[in-house]
This record gives sequence, structure tokens and C-alpha cells, in this order.
Amino acid sequence: MSRKSATQFIAFWLLRLVCYTVVAATGYIILDIAAKGWPHLSWEFLTAMPRNRMSAGGIWPAIVGTLYLVLLTIALAFPLGVGAAIYLGEYARAGRLTRTIRLAIANLAGVPSVVFGLFGLGVFVIFFNFGTSLLASAFTLAMMILPVIITASEEALRAVPQGFREGSFALGATKWPTVRRSVLPYALPGMLTGSILSVSRVAGETAPVLLTGAALSAAMPESVFDQIMILPYHLFILATNMYPPQVYVPLAYSTALVLLLVVLGLNGVAIAIRYVVRRKHSF
Amino acid sequence: MRLLFLVSGVSSIVIVCLILLFLLKDGLPFLARYSFWSFVTGTTWAPIAIAAEFGLLPILAGTLTVTAIAIAIGLPVGVGAALYLSEAAASWERELVKPFIEVLAGIPSVVMGFFGYVVLGQVVRSIFGAPVEHNALTGGIILALMAIPTIVTISEDAMRSVPKTFREGSLALGASRWETAWRVTLPASASGVTAATMLGLGRAVGETMAVLMCTGNAPVIPTGVLQPIRTMTATIASEMGEVPYGSTHYHALFMVGAVLFVLTLAINTAARKLIGRFHFRGR
Repeated sequence: MSRKSATQFIAFWLLRLVCYTVVAATGYIILDIAAKGWPHLSWEFLTAMPRNRMSAGGIWPAIVGTLYLVLLTIALAFPLGVGAAIYLGEYARAGRLTRTIRLAIANLAGVPSVVFGLFGLGVFVIFFNFGTSLLASAFTLAMMILPVIITASEEALRAVPQGFREGSFALGATKWPTVRRSVLPYALPGMLTGSILSVSRVAGETAPVLLTGAALSAAMPESVFDQIMILPYHLFILATNMYPPQVYVPLAYSTALVLLLVVLGLNGVAIAIRYVVRRKHSF
Repeated sequence: MRLLFLVSGVSSIVIVCLILLFLLKDGLPFLARYSFWSFVTGTTWAPIAIAAEFGLLPILAGTLTVTAIAIAIGLPVGVGAALYLSEAAASWERELVKPFIEVLAGIPSVVMGFFGYVVLGQVVRSIFGAPVEHNALTGGIILALMAIPTIVTISEDAMRSVPKTFREGSLALGASRWETAWRVTLPASASGVTAATMLGLGRAVGETMAVLMCTGNAPVIPTGVLQPIRTMTATIASEMGEVPYGSTHYHALFMVGAVLFVLTLAINTAARKLIGRFHFRGR
């Protein structure tokens, strides 16, 4: 018996070690970027245009570009994703079409982001002639996050109790009024949570934008057909394409910190919404 | 209204078809100018040489090498951490550690790439004596870190959904908690663990920015893990910006994209098939 418990002791300690190695690595990455990114962070860094081959000034256009990209992408993807989820959750019957749609969603979720970039380049930049632009990037990213929004929205619809629908039908309402008045209002917060989580992915995504709309340096975008600067690409350029590294790596650290704060901040907002809503409605 | 939702629902199918269509539209012209055989068996990727060569093998080998390293590290670490959290950790510990590991999943790939580029590369160089900082191992470790949260989350869910009676039966027969975890919970959750691994695999093959920054950007067939390599994704991302529209090189990159699309599609399909089978056996 004691040999048995000794084995258990050692095995569980090894697993604990493995688990906390992952925790330590996560903590180390975040602290490293926070510690080395913090000293250079200033009001000017956040709100000024880059100057002097990006070695001075700030990252304001990249922040604005990222923000525009996120907003435009979600504006394009949210209605389509929610529509698809409503079809799958409320209207569709089991059958070949539904199976095919689900297969397509699963496959779409597995397509590498750089392949979405090629697709966006072929379709939006060249075929629709948007040029390398904010609009082309937003369309490309919208296609990319569509599966996430559909899945999250469907889950939110499923969480609305069946009784809500039955009550509405019993009062003589038809399908669409039922969905609109008795289902959607209760599913909307869940849909938003899922969508914000997918948006945080948009803010950090680089490869598809690189192929469809990102510029090394650009003026503030004035229309959707302008090229944009974005935080992730700016970070990539500062880190790998500029010389000397002593000048640019500290700037890259600060850019990484800002990007990390934007992305983790968006995740935090989503989780906060979920928490508040869960407390408010509990069916 | 129904029609509107049907159209949104079908959009996923349309997008998947369009992706394939546009990849082939811009990829197939490559095969008209370059022999398919030389493409798939060529050992040199030299697209801007005077006698340009487009051999797939170096970049395919690069992708397979970093993916293999990522899985070799990520699978044992991820499953070990999941097993610890599900079988040995106290519930308060699990509630603290799990969200923290999920934060790792939220870090954008370009930030992970940046960390690998400036910090991890030096560590790999000094510990393993690599000739250069950016090589297959550096990229593989970063990819493993990016895959671990997925592996932990899905595996842990699978382990926790193993019926309690399985564990109780094992404990009642005199097995220790460790023996129960190793011989009962782990085999019973094999389907979930496999699903997690396959998802991690698909993501590793498609990951772009992190490997572009960390692996050294050298399209040669590697003979060891400490050599610089280049993946298919990194090739597309780094070369697409400089190719003239409509050149052989341009079409070659779309062809690489098509190969990538088919590869990830195959992995995801295999994952779904495999999961179905394990589920059947487990019940």
C-alpha cells in the first residue's frame, strides 16, 4: 500500500509540475511584455503619428486602423452570422441541407488564416476591385470569424428555454414574431459575448490583413478604400524589418503591450457581459 | 423572413466553395507553366532565381517539422496538465488555473511570435547550442504554447465528463486515485483528447505569423531540429507582398495555398471521423 501511495505522490507531483510550467510560461510572457513595454509607453506614444522612419512619435494610426477594422468586420459578420444561427437553430429541419451547412461551418473554421488572406486577395482586392484596402480586409476577416459567430449565436439561442417559444405559439403568434419577441431578446447578450470574443481575434490577426489591406505606413484612413496601419503588422515590422534593433525593439515591446491590452481587454469585456447577464436572467 | 435566414445559413457553403474556386482559379495557371511533377517532388524553392524553381518539398518539410515538434511538446504537456486539473487539483485551484491558461490562448500569434523572436530564440540558442536563434525548435516551442490551451481545455472537459461511476468502481476495487486517473479516466476520455490533439494539429499547420518570425525563414529541407526552416504559410505571407500580379510566382503561391487548404481539410475531416469512432467505442 505504501508503494502505491508513493507512486501516486510522485505521479501527481509530476503532473502538477507540468501544469504549473504552463502557468509560469503564460505569466512570464505577459510579464516580459508588460515590463519591457511599459517604460516607453506614454501619452505621445499612443496619440502621435510615427515620425523619423517610425523611430519616434507614436502608433496612433495603427490604433485607429485596428479599431476601424474591428468595427467594420463585426458590422459585416454579425448580421450574417446571427442570421445563419437563427436559420440553423429555429427554422432548419434535420436533413441533408442542414448537415451540409454544418460541415461547411466546421471546415470554414479550420481554414488557415493565410489562406483566407489569399482568398480575400483574389476575391475582394482583385475581383471586386476594392484594391488593398480597409474594406477588403474587413470582408476577408468577416468570412474568417463567421463560424465562431454562428456557433456562439446558436448556443445562445439554444439556451433560451423551449417554453418561451411554446408560450408565444400558444398565443397564436407565427414563427418570425415568436423568434423576434420571445427568443432573440434573451439570446442577444450571449450572441454579443461570442462575437466580442471573435473580435478580439480580429484585432490580433495579421496574415489576412497583410495580404489584403495593411500598409507599412499610411496616413489616417479617410475612406474604406484606403490602406490602413494595424497594430499587429506594425509590431511585426518594428520587430523584424527595422534596423538597428536597439532602437526598434523597445518600440516593438510597447506596441506589443498595447495590442495585448486591447485584445485581453476585449476578452475581459465579453466575460463581464456574460457574468452580468447570467446573474440577471437565470432561466 | 425564412428565406432571408436560409440565405444566411447557406452562405457558409457558398464561402467554402468560393475559397476553393478562387484558390484553383489563381492556382491552376501555375500548373500550365510549371510541371506538376517538378512542383511536388522539387527539392528547391527559389522563386526569384533566374532559373526559378518551385519545389514544394522544402516548405512542406518545414511545415511538418514544426508541427511535429509542436505536437511532441504540446500533447504530453497539455494532457498532463488536463489530467492534473481534472483528477488531482482542488476545485478552487482548478477555477484559478484554467482561466489563466485560457489567457494564453488569447495572446495574438504575432505577439507570441515576437516573444519567440526576441526572448525564446536566445534561450534555445544558449541551451541547445543552436547555430542561430530562429530555427525549427524555437518555432515549434512557440506553436506548442499556442496549442496547449486548446488541448488542456478540451481534454479536461472530456475527462470531467467521464461518468463518476467509472471512477468509483475503480476506487472500490482498491485502485489508488493515480491508478484510476491513468487506467480509467484517461482511456475513457480518449475521444476528447484525440479531438483536442487534432484541433491543435490543424491550427499548427495553419499558423502563420509566429512561425514566420521564429523559424529563420530558410526554405531548405531540414536535417535537424536546430536548423532554420520555412513553412508553407510563412512562404505565402512573406513572398506575396512582392510578387507581380499574374506572374508564375504569384500563381505558385496560390497553388501552395490550395495544398494548405486540402491538407487542413484532410486533418479536420480525419479528426471528425476519428472522434466519431472513439465515441462509439467508449459508450
